[in-house]
Amino acid sequence: MYEFTYHRPGSVADAVKLLADPDARAMSGGMTLIPTLKQRLARPTAVVDLSGIGELKGITVSGGTVKIGGMTTHATVASSADVAKAIPALAKLAAHIGDAQVRNRGTMGGSVANHDPAADYPGAVLALGATVHTNTRAIAADDFFNGMFSTALEPGEIVTAISFPVPEKAAYVKFPNPASRYAMVGVFVAKGPAGVRVAVTGAGANGVFRHAAMEAALAKNWSAAALDGVTTPVDDLNGDIHASKEYRAHLIGVMAKRAVAAAG
Amino acid sequence: MPQVSLKVNGKPVTAEVEGRTLLVDLLRETLRLTGTHVGCDTSQCGACVVHIDGESVKACTILAVQVQGSDVLTIEGLAAADGTLHPMQEAFREYHALQCGFCTPGMVMSAIDLVKKNPKGLSEQEIREGLEGNLCRCTGYHNIVKAIDAAQQVMHGKVKELPRAAE
Ligand SMILES: Cc1cc2nc3c(=O)[nH]c(=O)nc-3n(C[C@H](O)[C@H](O)[C@H](O)COP(=O)(O)OP(=O)(O)OC[C@H]3O[C@@H](n4cnc5c(N)ncnc54)[C@H](O)[C@@H]3O)c2cc1C
Ligand code: FES
Ligand code: FES
Repeated sequence: MYEFTYHRPGSVADAVKLLADPDARAMSGGMTLIPTLKQRLARPTAVVDLSGIGELKGITVSGGTVKIGGMTTHATVASSADVAKAIPALAKLAAHIGDAQVRNRGTMGGSVANHDPAADYPGAVLALGATVHTNTRAIAADDFFNGMFSTALEPGEIVTAISFPVPEKAAYVKFPNPASRYAMVGVFVAKGPAGVRVAVTGAGANGVFRHAAMEAALAKNWSAAALDGVTTPVDDLNGDIHASKEYRAHLIGVMAKRAVAAAG
Repeated sequence: MPQVSLKVNGKPVTAEVEGRTLLVDLLRETLRLTGTHVGCDTSQCGACVVHIDGESVKACTILAVQVQGSDVLTIEGLAAADGTLHPMQEAFREYHALQCGFCTPGMVMSAIDLVKKNPKGLSEQEIREGLEGNLCRCTGYHNIVKAIDAAQQVMHGKVKELPRAAE
């Protein structure tokens, strides 16, 4: 790791001031950032640890919306009785991210801001039609993710919370990479205030995406059988040593059917 | 250089570190607590697991400055002052849950957190899934799972003495 100055501000306002330096980087759980620093793939002059900011933590449920602070760990989401009651698919997703030690540190804000193409949360954010709140604005999920490891966030902008409208039905099924547990393909299906939405993570060359053909089929008939014959063009899919584009296209169909069946 | 103050195995410690110093390096290099191992560079093997304020964490993926004010428990802090092993350590010995022993400190620390978080008890499948973050290259996991199953019975007060392994 290259040397850097460590800061632990106590408020979003102080963090924003520190992050005005273009060479400073925010850190939440550090489960992605620290391995990146260890491999010398990044060289920030300052690391701004957000973990001391109380206003970034916690889960509130009100008026059909679940709002989760950016600094909330995967373990907290996974074990929250409120989340399990309102959006069980989200609690279950969180319980299957990486391993227990990663879940004890890794956060929703860090995962969403990072937009790893194999990460799980982006699927939930997009399929549930969530809103990403930052220190300056609220961004609709459809406008947030814009390419692999890329989002609508401006430099120095902090994800403060994410609010999810409670769906009528939802489920997430992933085919995990056997070594890392990241999604080789993950499909989140939801029917709710934002309509019928299907988001695919792990497979897209540009990160998470909505599956228009599956959404149309499920809007007409919400059943696994409705997805028979609905295919995924391979052009924009990711192919690598773990799975070819064609295999990922096949897995999208299988995971989507399992998800619809699980959502009931 | 930043200073960090914390408790390690119940004892207050203050040390000078760099911003980039990992907790595992503070433990191993500065405090000479070499029971916490480093097995990978990718945050995947779990040989470095310690408890921070009661939660299992990979000490290779957290900065020393991040644990300012925390309570850190390492494998060296588990046994009682008179040398009596923690039930999880005792179970690993009884069930032959180690061969080379490299993964063992991390396995034991992860297993204790896993058992504590599941007071209703864990099935064999749940134990296996709970060890997702710990790799062992020797044992094939089988005896590790048996040891954790035996230890959970002692830790939850279901039995007074550790069930003996079959001869
Ligand atoms: C072994 C292992 C297995 C894993 N398996 C999975 C898996 O199966 N599924 C999965 O989804 N993920 C997985 N992860 C990733 C994990 O979920 C990370 O916790 C997550 O991707 C990043 O969250 P973090 O809080 O650790 O972010 P950090 O590492 O702290 O930050 C990540 C990036 O986001 C930026 N950032 C952080 N917080 C904010 C914020 N609030 N606002 C703006 N920018 C911010 C940082 O500057 C950095 O660039 C795994 C990680 C490891 C090490
Ligand atoms: S050394 Fe920490 S996970 Fe491998
Ligand atoms: S006993 Fe050798 S790695 Fe587990």
